This record gives sequence, structure tokens and C-alpha cells, in this order.
Amino acid sequence: MEHDEKSPVRLPMCGHEPMLDGMAQRDGDRGEPVLRAGNTNCGGCGMSIGLNMLSRAAAEHSIQMVIPACCAIVTAGSFPYSAYGAPVVAATFASAAAVATGLAHVARLNGERTRVICWAGDGGTYDIGMATLSAAAERNEDVLYICYDNEIYGNTGGQRSSSTPLGAVTSTTPLGKDVEKKDIVGIMAAHRVPYVASLSLAHPEDALRKLQYALDARGFRFLHILAPCPTGWKSEPADCIELVRLAVRSGVYVVCEIFDGERVVLNVDSELSESALERYFALQGRFRKAKLNLGAIRQTLLKRWAALRA
Amino acid sequence: MTQELISANHAAALAATLAARANRTGRGFGSGVYPITPQTECIELLCNQEIEKGHVVRVESEHSAMAVCMGFSVGGARSFTASSSNGLAFMAENVFAAAFYRLPIVMMAVNRTLGPPWNIWVDHGDTLMLRDSGWIQLYCENNQEVADTTLAAFRLAEDRRVLLPIMVCQDAFILSHTMVLTEMPAQALVDEFLPPLDLPHRLADRPRVIGGLDLPHETEMHRLQAIGAMNNVFEVYREVQASFLQIFGRALPDPIVPYRMDDADVVLVSMGTTASTVRAAVDEARARGVRAGGLRVNMFRPFPEDLLRAALAGKKKVGVIDRDLCPGLGGILWAEVRGVTEPGALVQGYIAGIGGGDVRPAHVTRILNELVALERADKPRIVEVG
Repeated sequence: MEHDEKSPVRLPMCGHEPMLDGMAQRDGDRGEPVLRAGNTNCGGCGMSIGLNMLSRAAAEHSIQMVIPACCAIVTAGSFPYSAYGAPVVAATFASAAAVATGLAHVARLNGERTRVICWAGDGGTYDIGMATLSAAAERNEDVLYICYDNEIYGNTGGQRSSSTPLGAVTSTTPLGKDVEKKDIVGIMAAHRVPYVASLSLAHPEDALRKLQYALDARGFRFLHILAPCPTGWKSEPADCIELVRLAVRSGVYVVCEIFDGERVVLNVDSELSESALERYFALQGRFRKAKLNLGAIRQTLLKRWAALRA
Repeated sequence: MTQELISANHAAALAATLAARANRTGRGFGSGVYPITPQTECIELLCNQEIEKGHVVRVESEHSAMAVCMGFSVGGARSFTASSSNGLAFMAENVFAAAFYRLPIVMMAVNRTLGPPWNIWVDHGDTLMLRDSGWIQLYCENNQEVADTTLAAFRLAEDRRVLLPIMVCQDAFILSHTMVLTEMPAQALVDEFLPPLDLPHRLADRPRVIGGLDLPHETEMHRLQAIGAMNNVFEVYREVQASFLQIFGRALPDPIVPYRMDDADVVLVSMGTTASTVRAAVDEARARGVRAGGLRVNMFRPFPEDLLRAALAGKKKVGVIDRDLCPGLGGILWAEVRGVTEPGALVQGYIAGIGGGDVRPAHVTRILNELVALERADKPRIVEVG
């Protein structure tokens, strides 16, 4: 493992808080993990950690998952195997929220307590599935929609999505993306659905609480997970959690929950750290080319947070 | 049994409602619906029905309409939707998906010209675009058939030997907006005809992935199963016909419907309402001493190859009237019928009534006369009827 001079030498999981007491299965977990051992996901994949958190949160629930085209459906492996310890429908790219709508209605028609969960990437959420998602939210379908946001079209090899941040190099933005990412949490909150929240993988207790709340709640619920992708972000797999923590400390990632599109709760008050901001960008090779003006970015963040705290 | 003065759009909606209610003892009924002329009246009426254990979801696009139907169906509910033209084009990805998931969804499709330029009238090109989607396709000739075929489609689609989605196609406006006295059966009879759906591969609690990744060999095997299901359709359809006749006292049309074919020297093949115009022209030609015959293709998928081959055996002159156009080829029906005619037979393609042009008996008579005089097949011809 190579490190630049600024970063201290670290071993995986050393110097980090243990994640939900570590990644191992334990008593409180779902009998069958949502993401089974032996899956072929990359090391340091934020999406995989999110699935493990879901596994713990859903311990008491019967769940059905709808996964559109994204890394998470490649995760399943090929027929007849499945890396998922849950029933899954592999939906067409833009259809997750609509297929889930049908399943949720069938559960209701038959008096079943099954929770229907969409597990989708940013491409299927911010881009191609946006209309479907918006419509399901408007109808207030009884669906839990979870977007794991790796800010890139991951399983097609790393192209820009409308979630890719300013300055990030992708295979279709060779000089770095020249516009900012969408505010998906704001967009979903504008639908005034019962529950919208953002989850930090570096704050597992908060994340777990939100997943459990969202699983118990009725109506349309939207969760956003910032999910580092070492392959696309050109970062070290061991830095996955650290990157999320830096995103929170620097104010890049807002950890909040919004009830009925009205009541906003900031769950983690960011220190808006300048050094965390520098480090967040320095740890990711994808920002190297763009020569970002961190001062300007920080000013934008300060303004955004002033409004959030107001 | 009641007689109602209704359009074929309403006939389809009422048939779907009867089928929906018949699954109240099963896992219920669900539909994702989106309006498009000339299908809209169908889903409007559906949205106004009280369906015990059924939900109709008003979605934001045809693509999602089919996706919602897939969700209902994979959950084990009976499912129905309707669309047309550009809506079908927008839905196309999920049309294929529904068949590959092996979901017995029934869709009423009103055949309408694909735009641009925008044209709301009949043309079979929209559903024929989906001929390779893995759906069963039936092309109705009249309002009663739309009602009956819609009901029968659920029974056929949901049969364990089939488990494929079905498109019930009808001609825009000629059927969809024309009010005709139509017999609608009583719920009790429909309950007898349509047992509750028991989808063997429905998504329940068992961990599995439906519609996930396939390697090449698994893909071959899954496609082989779909072919097998398609091959079963003819036998199952015959059983459905027998049961339909027994319960409702009315016959469903055969996969192909011949008219005065036995001693015919010249045969005109067509689909949809054109077939009834062909019958009138055949009668007129017969009165003049021309031994003409008509052959209607009701079931386009699976393609009734054996039935057509038998019906066209010995026929030396065959005209195919397409209400669709594949630029660079000709008519789609013509292209497929060429493969089932007698070796050496003259098979001439005619394209008549695209864009909703009103095909009248005189037009078909002109085609027949030309065909009688024709010595060698020529490129497909567009017959101007507009």
C-alpha cells in the first residue's frame, strides 16, 4: 500500500471506530444476511457496507428487494446463484420504483407485512429512474427507496452521472465534471413524502436508527447513502469509511432527516473543517486533474450550512 | 349474460374488470395505467370500476405502467394494462422484460400509427414492432372478439404450460371507438372460466433473484423454455376455445380464419378488420366467377406456421394485405407468409390502409383483379386508399 507523505500509514480497520462491532454476523442480525458471504464485490465498497447495515436493520422484517441495473445487481451473481439472502426482482434500469409499487400493492391486498425495498444506484435514481421515482413518491407508495450513491455509473466502468461531483474525472468527463451534482435529498423532500434521510456509513448508530425507522414507517420513504467506490473514486479501499467521515466533517455530505418535507433535523453538526475538506479531495485520485478551487468550494459549503442552520 | 352498447375500448375494460374480480380469491388484481389516444377510454373505464381486492395505479408513463404490472404479476396478482402506438414504443423495454420474466400479463393494444408525423388512426406497425418481444399476439376483427379474446387471454396466459404475456390487438377507431351491441358475461360464468392465478415463480420469501444475470448457456436454456411455452400455445388455446364455448356458448376465433378457401385460386391474407372487407370483396369476386378466398391471421404470435401451410397448400396465387410498413422490406405479414406458401406460388405484397386509410371493398376488389392478372410477383405495392 502506498501513501503520500501527508497521510499516516494505516492498517485496514486500525485507527477507525469498529463498524457495528465489526462486519461479522452476530445475534442481533437477520438470520440470513441480506448480502451473503462469498459475494464478489470490490474491497472497500460503500454499497456493500450499506447492505450489511440493512441486514441488521431488517432483522425483524420480511423483505422483498427490487434492484435495477447497477453494481448491486451484478453483486447477485449469475443464475441460479444469488449473493442475496432475500427475494429480489432484478428490474429494468428505470423501473425500480414502479416494480416495487406493484409488489407493495400485492402485499397490501393480501394483508402481508412484507416491506418492499428498492436498492438502486445514483444512475438509476438521479438519472434514468428519476421520473419513475418522482411518480412513486407523489403517489406516496408504501415503498422504501434506498439510493446508494457512488457518484458514478459503476458497473459500466465509471461514467459521469448527474450525481458526479464538480471536478471529478470519469471516463466521460476526462477533464473533470464541469457542473455540480444534484441535491437529491432536497428533490425528494420537495415531494413532501413522510420520510427522507441521508445516512453516513461513518455514523453507524445514526444510520441503523434511520434504516429501522424507515423500515417501520409507512408511505414513501427515501434514504440516501454516500457510498465510496474505490474503483471509481481512485481511492484506497481501506479509506472507505474515512472518506465518508471526511465528507461529513468538511460539510460536503449533510447527514439529516426530513419529515413530511417540512421538519428538517440535522443529525450530525459538521465542524466544516478546512483540513477535512482538503483531505477528502486529496484522498481521491479522481479530483487530481481538475485543480479545484477549495476556497471557493468551502465558501459554497459555508453558505449552504448557514442556510441549513438557520 | 347482458347485451351492452359499448365500444371495443369499453369491452376490453369490462372484460378486464370481470377477470380482475375473478381473482378475488387469489392474490388479487393490479394494473398500471397511462392514457394515450385511442386507448384512453379503456383505462378511464377501468379506473371507474369497483374491484374487490384490486388496485389500479395511475402512473407517469407507459414504461412504468408495464413495470407496475410486472410488480403486481411477479407478486402473484392478475394484471392488465392497455396502450397504443408511441406508448408501446416507450414501453418496449418492459414489454420484452415481462415476457422474459414469464409473467402472464394481458395488454389490450389499440393499433395506431407510430409518429411522427402524428396520426392517431389505425396501423398495425406498433404492435408488429413488438413481434419479437416474446408476447403472444392476437389481432381481433370485431368488438365481440375484443371482449371475448381479452377474457380468454387471461386463461391462456396463466396456464402453467404457457405463462407468457398476451397482447390483444384491435384496430384504432374502427373498433376502439365504434359502439356495438356486445355480449358481456355474468361474473359467475367468468369465475367458472378463470380459476385464480397461481404463479409458480412468484416472489415470496425465499431468497432468489428473478430476472438477474445469465451466462450464455443459462440464456439458451431460458430461451428454450420460452420457445417451449410458445409451442404449447396452440394446444392450450384449443382447450381454452372449448371451455369458452362450453361456458359462454360463443366460439372464440381460430388462430387462422379461412373464408371460402377450399376451391379458391386466389387468396388474400390479412389481419384485423381488413379481413371483413376482404370477405365482402371475395363474395363480389365469386359472383363474377372469380374463385377468390380470404384468410385472416388472428394469432400472429406464436406464428401459426403449420396451420397456414396447410391452409395455403396448393394455392398458387396469394396476395397479402398489410396494414403496416417496414421500410426496406415491405409488409411484415407478407414477409412472414412468404415462408409458408406452396413452393413456386406467386406471393404479392400489398400495403393498404396505413395511417388509418379507409380500406373499402372496392380497394380490395382492385387488389384482387390485379392479382388475378399478375404473372410474376413484384415488389410490395402501396395501395393508396386515403
